[in-house]
Amino acid sequence: MTSLCFYFQVHQPYRVKKYRVFDIGKDSQYFNDDGQGKTNNKKILAKVAEKSYYPTTKLILELLKKHKEFKASYSFSGIALEQMQEVAPDLIDLFKEAVDTGRVEILGETYHHSLSFFYSQEEFEKQVQMHKDLIWKLFGVRPEVFRNTELSYRNDLAYWADDKGYKGIIAEGWDKVLGWRSPNFLYRPVGTSRIKVLLKNYKLSDDIAFRFSSRDWAEWPLTTPKFAEWFNSTNGNGDTVNLFMDYETFGEHQWEDTGIFHFLRALPGEILKHPDNNFKTPSEVVRSFPTRGDLDVPYILTWADTDRDLTAWVGNPMQHQAIDAVYQLEDKIMKSKDEILIEAWRKLTTSDHFYYMCTKWFNDGDVHAYFSPYESPYDAFMNYMNVINDLRIRVDAAA
Amino acid sequence: MATKVLMYGWEFPPHNSGGLGVACMGLTRALAKEGFDITFVLPKAVPVSPDGIAIKFANTDKLKTRSINSPLTPYMTSGKYSKLFGRGGGLYGDDLLAEVKRYALLGGKLVEEDDYDVIYAHDWLSFGAGLEAKRISGKPLMVHIHATEFDRVGGGGINEEVYQLEKDGFEQADCVVAVSQYTKDMVVKKYGIPSEKVMVVHNGIDEATFPYVARETDILSGFKDAGYKIVLYYGRITIQKGVDYLIKAAKKVLEHNPKVIFLVVGSGDMQRQLMHEAAYYKIGDKVLFHEFMRGQALADTISSADVVVMPSVSEPFGIVPLEAMKLNTPVIISKQSGVSEVVQHALKVDFWDTDEMANMILGVVGYKGLSDTLKENGRQQVEHVTWQKAAQTIKGIISNFFNWLEEK
Repeated sequence: MTSLCFYFQVHQPYRVKKYRVFDIGKDSQYFNDDGQGKTNNKKILAKVAEKSYYPTTKLILELLKKHKEFKASYSFSGIALEQMQEVAPDLIDLFKEAVDTGRVEILGETYHHSLSFFYSQEEFEKQVQMHKDLIWKLFGVRPEVFRNTELSYRNDLAYWADDKGYKGIIAEGWDKVLGWRSPNFLYRPVGTSRIKVLLKNYKLSDDIAFRFSSRDWAEWPLTTPKFAEWFNSTNGNGDTVNLFMDYETFGEHQWEDTGIFHFLRALPGEILKHPDNNFKTPSEVVRSFPTRGDLDVPYILTWADTDRDLTAWVGNPMQHQAIDAVYQLEDKIMKSKDEILIEAWRKLTTSDHFYYMCTKWFNDGDVHAYFSPYESPYDAFMNYMNVINDLRIRVDAAA
Repeated sequence: MATKVLMYGWEFPPHNSGGLGVACMGLTRALAKEGFDITFVLPKAVPVSPDGIAIKFANTDKLKTRSINSPLTPYMTSGKYSKLFGRGGGLYGDDLLAEVKRYALLGGKLVEEDDYDVIYAHDWLSFGAGLEAKRISGKPLMVHIHATEFDRVGGGGINEEVYQLEKDGFEQADCVVAVSQYTKDMVVKKYGIPSEKVMVVHNGIDEATFPYVARETDILSGFKDAGYKIVLYYGRITIQKGVDYLIKAAKKVLEHNPKVIFLVVGSGDMQRQLMHEAAYYKIGDKVLFHEFMRGQALADTISSADVVVMPSVSEPFGIVPLEAMKLNTPVIISKQSGVSEVVQHALKVDFWDTDEMANMILGVVGYKGLSDTLKENGRQQVEHVTWQKAAQTIKGIISNFFNWLEEK
């Protein structure tokens, strides 16, 4: 018996517009580019919605109707939902329709898609609470499984989630952590007694998310029977295959003409051909299966790059300076009690800002280049730091 | 049998006035390492002795010509030469063009002395000699373009005769090597050369052409101790180099951060104008001019600067950023340059966008994280931009070319 557990990450940051030193003290709007550029957040959201979110969600609804056994889960950042409410409110209705079937689960995360757990636990808890409130308001559900930004995970995050009553937590199923063990089982975070950790099967996830349209890949083209065969081969050697990926995989990272929608449409039927297979949401996985040993992750583990660490966000001196600068402002910002300043600051804690400053171009930099709206990591940094300096001036003036 | 190359240049270190000589040295040494047998021809006798390369001079007694003791440099336009010597009323500047023609005739003849496989000429000053050698021997000719007339005049009016010499070289050569895609585009668009005939081979830097390392000195320490940041420009001060845009950016920088010094090292026909401009903007005390430097002294100055700016209006390649990166100094470079195609770890700006240039300067001097990241990545990157790599590409081009000849 093997379960397929889908989780889709839905996130869009508020990108910082071109912001020069000369704008400091003069322009307090950081995210309002309304031009033709790549930092026009509304335009980007509208584009991604059209190419990916609408067609994929409609397809998920179609699959939910067609296969009573089909299930999936979403992790939404609060700022993605916020932007949808503004630019594409009917998209929220489609997600609501899916959640209302009772077969689509929503995971917990930080509202601002931040790495705050590692920099300010106080702020982290506030952002998790804000997210919880928004999910309750929009969908009427409470997350039972937690997923931290960029799948970042460490033992103490599991302690925290356990303490807060989450039943499960998600992490990358990385070989260096697992050793000979399989990601297709649940594990017990070391030192905890209740919470279980679900691990991403990155090989099968990435076959869809990254390799699907790659003609250099020996397995191209990836068909549903082929994928189902790989899935079935885990039978007897696993309880659950956790396929976690960005929602934009469908239609944005893999364009429609690669056949990605046909693949997704045909996949559930193909998986369900095998009588031992089924679909489960993360909380169902946690309820259904026992843990098979402890998982000890004393260092930060993420989903990114060949290192699976935090260096894509906090690796070079610019990234260190930028993330230190934003968290150094926290006290002043909170003391100001100025909602506008607090909200601007929170939008600057989003992990994407630091990702855009990544300079690991030589090995796996292409992925970074593709997702950045800036000409270079250096441009990203300069804009960000100029904005931070403007915010500092504003908060000092407010004091 | 090693491929025998008869190569024509105009200058060679240490007797060079700029980048062309350095490029010729870097490339020929690397080609020799790749197994080529190179004879390098210069227009006049100077004591040079690079390893593994035979040097010939077009004015040796054997050829019974007189020595050309002219102050010509590859960077001088024909018009400037006439102006400098107060003669040659027309556009043609009798002297420069006459000497180029003389070099063509005398240099070209050297091809008769041995059985060469390929003839290779660097820039328009040597194209004539290359063409003459090809005419005499019937051997294939490659021309290597380091800078076109359009680069030298920086948007001003070109000299038609020089343009024609360049065009003849491109058209009659069997293959054109351009130092960048930027230059290739120019050769294709402005000279009407078919794209498939023009190959891009980027310049490099190595120990032979730039043997310096960053070291601690007390150069500029007076400023640094007083809390000033140093922005350095070095090179010729001509219209092509865009230093006037840097001065405009300097004014904007200083309005925001008065603790910055702009150091302009070099000389050229725009120097006086720029001094006036700095004075007009009332930033004369923050913009310092220093005469041309070279060698270790220049390297130490680069090392102690906080950022080097190359604001060129049109730069076929531009070796300056590679030197600075090798010395651990961050660089801001104009997008109108060939070098911007090969370096990622530099800040890139349109030369005319002085707001952005100022923004970048303020960023580098103000944010340590930016400066440190540029240094760290820049130094690593520049290790991979070598003359050996350039020579290997040329080796590939030559062998493909011979294969193609055989098939014909």
